[in-house]
Amino acid sequence: MFEIPDDRKYLESHEWTTTESDTARIGISDFAQDELGDVVFVELPEEGDELSAGDEFGVIESIKAVSDLYAPISGTVTAVNEDLFDAPELVNDDPYGDGWMFEIEPSDADEFDSLLSPEEYREQTE
Amino acid sequence: MGLRKPPLYDVHADAGATFTEFGGWDMPVEYDSIKAEHAAVRESVGIFDVSHMSELEVSGPDATALMQRLTTNDVTALDPGDSQYSAIVNDEGVIIDDTVVYRLPDRDDRVYLFIPNAGHDEEMYDRWTSYRDEWDLDATVEDVTEDWAMFAVQGPGALGTVSEAAPDASPDDLSKFQATFADVAGVECWVARTGYTGEDGFEILCPWDDAETVWSALDATPCGLGSRDTLRLEMGFLLSGQDFDPETEPRTPYEAGIGFVVKLDTQFVGRDALEQQQEAGIDETFVGVTLLDRGVPRHGYDIATEDGDVIGVVTSGTMSPTLSEPIGLGYVPVEYAADGTNVSILVRGREKRAEIVTPPFIDQ
Repeated sequence: MFEIPDDRKYLESHEWTTTESDTARIGISDFAQDELGDVVFVELPEEGDELSAGDEFGVIESIKAVSDLYAPISGTVTAVNEDLFDAPELVNDDPYGDGWMFEIEPSDADEFDSLLSPEEYREQTE
Repeated sequence: MGLRKPPLYDVHADAGATFTEFGGWDMPVEYDSIKAEHAAVRESVGIFDVSHMSELEVSGPDATALMQRLTTNDVTALDPGDSQYSAIVNDEGVIIDDTVVYRLPDRDDRVYLFIPNAGHDEEMYDRWTSYRDEWDLDATVEDVTEDWAMFAVQGPGALGTVSEAAPDASPDDLSKFQATFADVAGVECWVARTGYTGEDGFEILCPWDDAETVWSALDATPCGLGSRDTLRLEMGFLLSGQDFDPETEPRTPYEAGIGFVVKLDTQFVGRDALEQQQEAGIDETFVGVTLLDRGVPRHGYDIATEDGDVIGVVTSGTMSPTLSEPIGLGYVPVEYAADGTNVSILVRGREKRAEIVTPPFIDQ
């Protein structure tokens, strides 16, 4: 059984976001990291980048696969988890904690409503 | 058409393996972690189910003549229990497949078993039988791919593991590329000191129906095709269908860096084309690259000069689990092939700095 914390929202493409209206944090789910296997590389946006919901914000590569990453919500990137550049395996070890990817200042807090709830996301992964 | 399954498919599934299609077979790609399986082989011992590899047996009075004329190496150099790496090339000298040729113990005549890559069994059976008929040779060719399961036990601990399971094989006395029939857990197997990882190790062919008995007797970490690929990549070993392919990456043995398996003093299909190339020299050659910037080289990415002119292509690439460095294999013009030459790799359209490295990437 994969971990799906209750305190955040999800995309069908397996990204999660926390739901604070001032600064939301974004990463990928436990299910996604397990599907990918050993993560060896992540390409992330830069601080100050403007993203729209659904934009490709980066790329994640495991030994066996390359996947695009999509922004769950719109806003301005305020922080990037640079630890992942030297230790991409943090995404495997702790996808909801130290394996986070970036933080964003949401431009439209209503967008959270259109994302998958933990229950809806769990149904998708089963 | 459904995928072919190895005899231990269910055993692997129960062990938590995930599977991938390879050469028409549904094979374990990893059990838990490619990195951990890779490390097991480099540091202790791993076992791979490679039952997807093809096996063909050639016997009869003209078996030697047939093998000699369809492979580039010199099979007359083999005594019973010897084996050699070899190439199968077309009239133009382009590699169709690479293989290991074993000489089995003689029956009335010499007998050979050769191992083409996964999914090539039918093609090689057709090639061998049609040339046999054309040349009017007296040889029996059998596709025994689904008679034999095949396991690779690889790593510094492989000798210990195989000695324990097959003391009769005296595995310590087998030198590299030697093989013998021996009892493994009560099953007669063909035990060979060969492999595809750069480590010491053995490849064991056992009867398809006895696969589970033999597999269970060999104490090693189960490994999937994912780590098999990263291990061979660190050594710069070719992958059929990817680093050469008669359709998508037509390459001769000289271009692919395996000229040592071409014996021009023997007669084989493609020989004259290869002699010509050997005299004229090659234009492009197989090299390794390491990325100096962050990223991972992958199959199909362009290799360019520092100025951005595309000069070649990556045929295989990965993040090396041993080195934690991005490594790749591919072809470039010979003038760019020297160790340390600065090039770039186009990763999703972006130029990343890279350097030519002659494989292997690791010291063995």
